[in-house]
Amino acid sequence: MSTTETVAGAAGEASEKGMPQLNFATWPNQVFWLLVALVIIYIVMTKIAMPRIAAVLAERKGRIGGDLAAAEELKSKAKAAEAAYNLALEQARLEAAKIIAATKAEIQKDLNAAMADADAQISAKAAESEKRIAEIRAGAVQAVAEVARETAGALVTALGGTADDKAIEAAVAARLKG
Amino acid sequence: MADEAGGLVIDPMHQFQIHPLFGEGPLMWYTPTNQTLWLGITVVVISLLMLIGSAPRKVIPGRTQSIAELLYSFIHDMVEEVTGHEGAKFFPYLMVLFTFIVTSNLLGLLPGSFSPTSHIAVTAVLAVMVFLTVTLVGFYKKGIGFLGMFWVSSAPLPLRPILALIELISYFVRPLSHSIRLGGNIMAGHAVIKVFAGFAGVMGIASVVPIAAIAAIYGLELLVAVVQAYVFTILTCVYLRDAVGEAHH
Amino acid sequence: MTGDLIQFALMGKYIGAGLATIGLGGAGIGVGTIAGNFLSGALRNPSAAPGQMANLFVGIAFAEALGIFSFLIALLLMFAV
Repeated sequence: MSTTETVAGAAGEASEKGMPQLNFATWPNQVFWLLVALVIIYIVMTKIAMPRIAAVLAERKGRIGGDLAAAEELKSKAKAAEAAYNLALEQARLEAAKIIAATKAEIQKDLNAAMADADAQISAKAAESEKRIAEIRAGAVQAVAEVARETAGALVTALGGTADDKAIEAAVAARLKG
Repeated sequence: MADEAGGLVIDPMHQFQIHPLFGEGPLMWYTPTNQTLWLGITVVVISLLMLIGSAPRKVIPGRTQSIAELLYSFIHDMVEEVTGHEGAKFFPYLMVLFTFIVTSNLLGLLPGSFSPTSHIAVTAVLAVMVFLTVTLVGFYKKGIGFLGMFWVSSAPLPLRPILALIELISYFVRPLSHSIRLGGNIMAGHAVIKVFAGFAGVMGIASVVPIAAIAAIYGLELLVAVVQAYVFTILTCVYLRDAVGEAHH
Repeated sequence: MTGDLIQFALMGKYIGAGLATIGLGGAGIGVGTIAGNFLSGALRNPSAAPGQMANLFVGIAFAEALGIFSFLIALLLMFAV
């Protein structure tokens, strides 16, 4: 420190200049109070704080472990419930399909019966109409023969012949047939 | 020497002065000093944090409890990981070291405060304690076999005495580097901030530049404060592994 | 005459302190190398990176301690010699 002292010019200020860290006069004081501080911290730590924190951490670990187990259990329960739900859904679906099929068959049966009924009615109606048409046709043929006979008789008379009913009838019949 | 510079008065070392807290009397070994005050504040802060933090014992922690538990499990994991199961009984010791250093470093960053860890005396005591612990525990656990640490059996035989000498020297340099690293880092950070503050005092309007620099360095110092505490603790763990674990040399 | 000598010694002291701070550059190179190599390794295998954080900090601490030594020499020259 010789240079510093000479420059500073006052020996009393020597300890004020320089590095306070290297002022060995203060070391016993620093070491003493540091040891006091460390001992106090050590006592506070080991006697009070650390056992408490260790206990809390252990408890939390246990609690978390328990919670995890509970969560696992709940998860498996939820899985079982889901499976049951899926099963029920599947069954319901099958039931619904069955009901649909039954209903369809029933409707088909009704439909078939109604169709057959309608068919029968239609064919009955058609047969009646055909009979009617035949009657009308026969009636028409008879009327034509009548008219032809009368016309033929009248023609014969007008031409000065004698109307022979039998001959006319035969002739008309022959003509109508041809 | 700042006197010669005229207007620019920068005395970055003044902040590390130790003076009696009361009166002007001579500095005896028991005299309460400004360093004693900040050691006391450190002790009070740690005690409050740990006591309030551990008092509620809630399963779902509040803020203070979270900090205390985070500190606890951080150091616990570090000890378990580096030192192994054998070193777990040094956990309270390392917990004290880490909480003391980190709290003291961070409190030292408060403006106007005093940082005990910037003093070589403090860090030297911490480092020598670690050194003695490692040496004593090593000899207690392994007996004379602890010296096998210096005899590198994997090296060729002619090299071994030289390596043993180097290992021995590095072993005894450990407390020195251990203490200088922590004290030097903290001292350097404080001194740099002080130097920039000295610039800011004489630069007029341009002093925004050193003030911005102070802000940046302050952020860096926050990081350094935590990292140096971490490094001090983890190096203690590494040294303890030599004493309790299997030799890695 | 003695005054000149004192001034000369003072000059040497300050120059020495300045030279001693060069050592901090070495610490910077060392820390940068460690951090850079850690990062390149971590980017190759990110899953292994968190487990190596402790080694990273220990390496940085060792590299930085040597720089702090030279800083200490500078401080000693400035304030203690």
